[in-house]
Amino acid sequence: MDFKENHIKSNRKTIMRYLYLMTVFFLTLTGFGNMPIFKRYYIADIPGLGWLAEYYVTLYIHYLFAILLIGIISYLIIEYLLTKRKSIKITLSGYIRGSVVAGLLITGILLVIRNHEVSGFAPGFIIFLYICHLTLVMVLLMAGVYSVIFKNKWYFEVKH
Amino acid sequence: MKNIISRRSFLKGTMATACTLAAAGIPASAAGAAGKEQLATLLDIRKCIGCEACVEACKEVNETKFPDPKKPFPKMYPDRVPVMDWSDKQDVTDRLTPYNWLFIQSATVKINGEETELTIPRRCMHCVNPPCVKLCPWGSARLLENGISRIDPDLCLGGSKCKAVCPWHIPERQTGVGIYLDLLPSLAGNGVMYKCDRCYNRIADGELPACIEACPEDVQTIGPRDEIIKKAHVLAKEIGGYIYGEKENGGTNTIYVSPVPFEELNKAIETGKGKPHLQPVKDSMADSNNLAAAMIIAPIAGVVAAAGKFYKMSKTGK
Repeated sequence: MDFKENHIKSNRKTIMRYLYLMTVFFLTLTGFGNMPIFKRYYIADIPGLGWLAEYYVTLYIHYLFAILLIGIISYLIIEYLLTKRKSIKITLSGYIRGSVVAGLLITGILLVIRNHEVSGFAPGFIIFLYICHLTLVMVLLMAGVYSVIFKNKWYFEVKH
Repeated sequence: MKNIISRRSFLKGTMATACTLAAAGIPASAAGAAGKEQLATLLDIRKCIGCEACVEACKEVNETKFPDPKKPFPKMYPDRVPVMDWSDKQDVTDRLTPYNWLFIQSATVKINGEETELTIPRRCMHCVNPPCVKLCPWGSARLLENGISRIDPDLCLGGSKCKAVCPWHIPERQTGVGIYLDLLPSLAGNGVMYKCDRCYNRIADGELPACIEACPEDVQTIGPRDEIIKKAHVLAKEIGGYIYGEKENGGTNTIYVSPVPFEELNKAIETGKGKPHLQPVKDSMADSNNLAAAMIIAPIAGVVAAAGKFYKMSKTGK
């Protein structure tokens, strides 16, 4: 029975991990797709990737994965607060990457608000948001690569 | 019919405002720039005689804003990156270019069975929620509080995304100018995008846009958007005419009133590169903004799922 439960837990963790990684991958891909680079550098010429040069398509997909990311993060935060506060300990790498993701969410949400008719953000602030959003995603990618190389996890389990 | 804001009354009004502000010690330009009311223009197509006085005035007044590219242009990679050079064709006036932000389109149509040539001044529509501004990946296109959308030539990298997402493909690129030259000119950027900025600086100074001031036929009227819309409806009703620009792309600040349906006009005008159409346009930003509403539901769904898991765990005691 314990084996079965552990197996289910492990499966859930794996699914959540891959869901998060897939979300970050598509957000990064479509985020860069919002800049005019994929057509210039022949990436959109690769069969099946033509949509990367369609700005509205990349925007919609970016929004869809942003929705998924917000859902995943909300789930993980509440799950941590309700059930895992004592059983796991977030590492420094976890705090750093979590802060970067939080920064990406905040700047992303502000940019979404900005796309609405009623928003009245100052031009300088909008440029600041774009630079922050782009810088943060680069930091997240680099932190991810660093963590994979040096095997830094987001958290470790506390054994009682 | 009496104009809401004719050239004379606009000038009178702005003069009065300027005097009041001067008395109050506030620079008129700052006050104009701070104007929060969306200004729209109404174009009565019947009145246009196609004299191009507006085109000439636009060129003259905005000459200082036109590109002054340095040649030879830096080699750009890969080779497919198009060099867009209009500097040797600055006199072109039959389409939109970086040196021609307004042009006259003509259409031969039948009005009451009689063949008539209509001429239509065409330039940026200045959308209420402009995709060129909202989707610029660099923030170099900006929406002013008075409804003007303008591209900052000091920040634009010339990626042409604004042109791609604009339903009318209005902005035009000039290679060899702008900030990209100071960054990675071979690998990123390709100049600056140019389009009508509805003489934002003149409006800030309490003046009329050049095209409106120069028009001998008073084709254009400028005023608060609500009033311009009302006026357009009154005019359309009066002449049994049609309106374009009120709802296109979710609403624009350029409202055309025509005696013939725009479907007919669109068939009669020459469209193509630098020559925008007159088709119906759905709101480009509507779908993404509707998706954005789902972002409010996402955290709720996440919280509910986690709370459900907690409830299940506390029930089973595991």
